[in-house]
Amino acid sequence: MAGNEQTEYDDIPGTFIFDAAKARRGYGINDFCMTLLKAENRDKFRANEAEYLKQFELNAEQTEAILKRQWNRMLELGGNIYFTAKLGATDGLSFQQVAAKMTGSTQEEYAAMMLNGGRPVEGNRSKSEWENKNG
Amino acid sequence: MAKIIASVCCSHVPAIGAAIDLGKTEEPYWTRVFSGFEKSKKILEELKPDVCIVVFNDHATAFSMDIVPTFALGCAAEYAPADEGWGPRPVPVVKGHPDLSAHIAKSVILDEFDLTVVNKMEVDHGLTVPLNLVFGSPKEWPCPVIPLAVNVVLFPPPTGRRCYNLGKAIRKAVESYPEDLRVVIMGTGGMSHQISGPRAGLINSDFDKAFLDSLAGDASHAMNLQHIEFMREAGAEGIEMVMWLVARGAMDEKVVEKYRFYTVPASNTAVGHIILENAA
Repeated sequence: MAGNEQTEYDDIPGTFIFDAAKARRGYGINDFCMTLLKAENRDKFRANEAEYLKQFELNAEQTEAILKRQWNRMLELGGNIYFTAKLGATDGLSFQQVAAKMTGSTQEEYAAMMLNGGRPVEGNRSKSEWENKNG
Repeated sequence: MAKIIASVCCSHVPAIGAAIDLGKTEEPYWTRVFSGFEKSKKILEELKPDVCIVVFNDHATAFSMDIVPTFALGCAAEYAPADEGWGPRPVPVVKGHPDLSAHIAKSVILDEFDLTVVNKMEVDHGLTVPLNLVFGSPKEWPCPVIPLAVNVVLFPPPTGRRCYNLGKAIRKAVESYPEDLRVVIMGTGGMSHQISGPRAGLINSDFDKAFLDSLAGDASHAMNLQHIEFMREAGAEGIEMVMWLVARGAMDEKVVEKYRFYTVPASNTAVGHIILENAA
């Protein structure tokens, strides 16, 4: 049963499920992001990003994703949106601006989509629907 | 004897807090949202609660990935508004009700809900935005608040049914408290939204409306929704709606819908709101 359930979650397109295994893998990313709640740490990070990241439990891929602001990649590697949003805040980005980046649209396009009622659920329930759309 | 007099549910979008703090509430985008809460403020004024129990989730503020409690009950005398990266929100310190908190903790744990007791916690927009929506922006909050933090960040959160039953246990606890207190229980978060990944921006108004209808009527539809349905149909972060079920569970099976409001969007999120009282 557990196996089937996992497949069901995996089938939701464009969505990362943040469970305990992910949280373990991404502990360093989220641990780093928590430190950005303090203004002095935000300043230290900005002064030398690569150096600042050395104090956390991060592998090379995770470090790269943070430095390059690969917002989806960070989530894939165990980051959680409520934590990575603090990196967004450090960069002066709102939640909506970070969300726009993850969807590959501009802030204007994304805001317009939301004003028009958001992304509809039709066509966005299963990965097969996304493959059909792109193929 | 203390008594739960109403259940009040609403979204807790951070951008709503920012709009209040930055004085943008008169802008057309935001009047659409705030006008829906004018009536609620009047209703809450009439209800005159002595205490509010606010079911909310922390957004990586008080709880990092070091410790993730599923249900954490605030038992402190006060809770300071947290700095979420932009400085603390300019809202009053949230005063607690330690005696009632301790009573609820004891009663609910003996009722087999293994709560975490919290004696120090800063509270983020998840708690303060709903207070603004129903009480406005006073110098002091009109009554003490008992925060109940529910994990909805790390999958899996508690099930809707578990939340509903916890609400029942909280009601039992409140009703065995000797002092005459009028208690309002608030469920916060939701409604449909996804703020993470390439599918961000998902909204499902049909799902939301069915959820509201179920809360106002026979709660079994809302209570029996599975996590996969919340996440697929209402967005990865739509799962926050399980917290509304704690508030619903604290009511009778039959309730009266006193007020409802729904609008899309506030930032990334569908804003929903409902006020329920027990049927006479």
